[in-house]
Amino acid sequence: MSAARHVAVIGAGPAGLSAAHAALAAGARVTLVDSAEQPGGQYHRMLPAAYAAEHPERLHHDWPAFERRRRRVLAHPRCTWMPDSAVWMLEPPAPEPAGPPRVHLLCGGPADGSGRARRTLDADAVVLAVGAHDRVLPFPGWDLPGVFTAGAAQALAKGERVVVGDRVVVAGTGPFLLPVAASLLEAGSRVLEVLEAAGPATLARGWGRRPWELVPHTGKAGELAGYVALLARHRVRYRLGRTVVEARGEGRVEEVVTARLRPDWSVVPGSARTVPVDAVCVGHGFSPQLELPLAAGCVLRGEVAGGPPGAFVRVDDDQRTSVPGVFAAGEITGIAGAPAARAEGAVAGWAAAGGDPAARPLRALRRSRDAGRAFAERLARAHPVGAAWSGWLRAETVVCRCEGTDYGALCAAVTDRAGSAARVTKLTTRAGLGPCQGRVCGPTVAELTARLAGAPPDGEPHEGLPPAGPHRRPVAQPIRLGELAAPSAPTDERESSHE
Amino acid sequence: MNGTRAVVLGAGILGAACARELALAGLEVTVLDRGGAAAATTAHGEGNILLSDKGPGAELELARLSRRLWPEVLARVADRSAAGARAARAAEWDAKGGIVVATTRPGAEALTAFAAAQRGAGVRADALTGRELLSAEPFVTPDHTAAFHYPEDAQVQPAGAAAALLADALAAGATLRTGWEVLSGIVRRGRLAGVRTVRGEVMADVFVNAAGPWAGTLSARLGAPIGVSPRRGDVLVTTPLPPTVFHKVYDADYVGAVGSSEEELQTSAVVESTRAGSVLIGSSRRRAGFDDRLRPEALSAVAAKALRLFPSLAGVPVMRAYGGFRPYVPDHLPVIGADPRLPGLWHAGGHEGAGIGLSVGTGRLLRELVLGEPTALDATPFRVDRPAVLGDPEESRPATTGRQKEGA
Repeated sequence: MSAARHVAVIGAGPAGLSAAHAALAAGARVTLVDSAEQPGGQYHRMLPAAYAAEHPERLHHDWPAFERRRRRVLAHPRCTWMPDSAVWMLEPPAPEPAGPPRVHLLCGGPADGSGRARRTLDADAVVLAVGAHDRVLPFPGWDLPGVFTAGAAQALAKGERVVVGDRVVVAGTGPFLLPVAASLLEAGSRVLEVLEAAGPATLARGWGRRPWELVPHTGKAGELAGYVALLARHRVRYRLGRTVVEARGEGRVEEVVTARLRPDWSVVPGSARTVPVDAVCVGHGFSPQLELPLAAGCVLRGEVAGGPPGAFVRVDDDQRTSVPGVFAAGEITGIAGAPAARAEGAVAGWAAAGGDPAARPLRALRRSRDAGRAFAERLARAHPVGAAWSGWLRAETVVCRCEGTDYGALCAAVTDRAGSAARVTKLTTRAGLGPCQGRVCGPTVAELTARLAGAPPDGEPHEGLPPAGPHRRPVAQPIRLGELAAPSAPTDERESSHE
Repeated sequence: MNGTRAVVLGAGILGAACARELALAGLEVTVLDRGGAAAATTAHGEGNILLSDKGPGAELELARLSRRLWPEVLARVADRSAAGARAARAAEWDAKGGIVVATTRPGAEALTAFAAAQRGAGVRADALTGRELLSAEPFVTPDHTAAFHYPEDAQVQPAGAAAALLADALAAGATLRTGWEVLSGIVRRGRLAGVRTVRGEVMADVFVNAAGPWAGTLSARLGAPIGVSPRRGDVLVTTPLPPTVFHKVYDADYVGAVGSSEEELQTSAVVESTRAGSVLIGSSRRRAGFDDRLRPEALSAVAAKALRLFPSLAGVPVMRAYGGFRPYVPDHLPVIGADPRLPGLWHAGGHEGAGIGLSVGTGRLLRELVLGEPTALDATPFRVDRPAVLGDPEESRPATTGRQKEGA
């Protein structure tokens, strides 16, 4: 057992749990780390509450499989499960030789906890499976109370049974809008309409090409069809090529302005309509959480056409990143949903554990993973974010909610010759310097900046200077000064908490 | 000097300050930077404008000149135009004053003697009683043994300050080219006549090496190497707080420590608030080349030192950390002047952690030297032709009379 390879898996969502499972199956010792109390990640987090819902199976038909895998992994004698443990920093070894980073953890409490202990974790291989968060584009009034990200609204509805409003509009792009609307309906909200920004032609082009590729995803299609039927039963209108371009109200949202969009997301003149609402839920796809891959030194790959700006982690056929001993799985390699994340996790865990590359089950997993990737590309093609969305913005529209930076200030800063470097505009406009550290506005600011002034002059790396970018956060999670000042201890393997 | 062409190599705060002075003097100025303006060391510092950390000597004189110039320069930038006024505001000038606190008995003795010497050189350094200290900084540790207030210490937002100087240089006719990395020099008749860059050759009469910690590398590419090397520093940034730290507060326990040329990690607490409410906590010093990794143990040591000064900050979250490279010269003095080996080449750098504060004085001094004018102060201590700069850096002894230089 002491000779077994030690694999650290960061993140216990669908990808991470699956990676841990596969690594154990390949004979490795596994340390599974998650900031939450329970495995499941964003995807499964809300399940216990959903069990009480009217039709839980419709929302979570893979729950039994997840539950089985969870039990097997946590109860395994070679698995150490570290819940409530946040990775606050990854420390790569000296540049030569490159290898997996030392993992720095804060253990024993929720992310906003105090008095957590600093621990370090050194493994032979690290699997990063840290997922994504939902992306919201700014528009006038998006900072009003009553405007929710689609993900937050769903979490409130499913997890805490909080009804965000009586009259709700759901808007944005991507299939995720459907389960969000469904959870709002289940929780008792009246959903007035669901607005998909992509027009019928874009959707048909994206989803209709090479339809045989969709065959492995009939499960997904069935799931989506179920949501559509649910919306129809509740007489919720599902409109294509339309979105919310403004929210208005005194102190909180009272009405939204919706408008028809051209394929590039510019507003069709004369198409604006005002809708009285109590709440609006918006989602424009997902942003991968790239701070840990970047801290480990992983090379990113270019953006998917029409996908969110920035990039995903580049991986090879075995989910290896560019850094020896570091693997990546799940949404950080591409937004493809839970089934693909599970397949990627299994491939990554097996490879990280040094499992036989010719093992028969691996072939099926790779096929499933490849189908997931094809699905991800199709998804990105069908739901591209149109470049003209910035036409919705006004000079006084807030771009960074933490710091209150508006679009006008950003325009002034990036077009100033002397101060156009990304690091400088960040310091002068303060966009991205607030408590969320640019997780919400970073990709948006980078996209707007590039459009206004081209690539920033400090976007290329130099000796001692990594390229400026929206995902670089060496301190990956807030850490209290007292926690930081206290010494850190190596993780004790014997302390594993089995179920 | 009309018609004289000057090329400033490096668009950090030193390059900006030099370009501004030369452009205002009527030279045809081009600023080249391989990356973005103010995006390297300048954007990774705390923005210190300090007298408090400098003992009597040449560097203190340069600091006093700079401290006098800063408000004047920013007022001139603001007066030029509406854009200038915006740029000057973005510099976030704040004459907040500094407070140095000793927490040990030997520290108190050293601090008291140091402050007396500074007063002799014309620096305002007022001893604070325990009660005065607590009314100035209510959250500071009760376990202090001595404290001095330095009302002349100030702070700027360094990238904003550099952009303001550079914008003024551009308004005075200078040209900025970013993404122009210098590869080698073009020497004609024993004189530096041009530089080859990734985007072509640039010819001029005067070249100013203002490449900060990369000045050593750049000067070697030009064929006249100087002994400037990087010294790493890290800064912690907390989430915004209600007003908690009112001055620039730092610990004095290292006063008189001669070990300031150590390669391994050294830390000392420097704590201050920014306009946005965050607290900046420095600082560390480590000589390990251009290794850009943040090291948790360095951050931990900085945090521990800061808590000794402000124990009540223990529960405050650090939301980010950043590191940068100071331009380090073994004798801890800046390098300002003509390179005796290569006519046409000038140097303006090597300020270690004090470059933001010393930039405007250095720019003024460089202009005076280039134009052959009388200088505002004796520039010979900063000359290029000294053992620490041209000789074997390991053999030159630290000549500083001050504390370890502060700031990142």
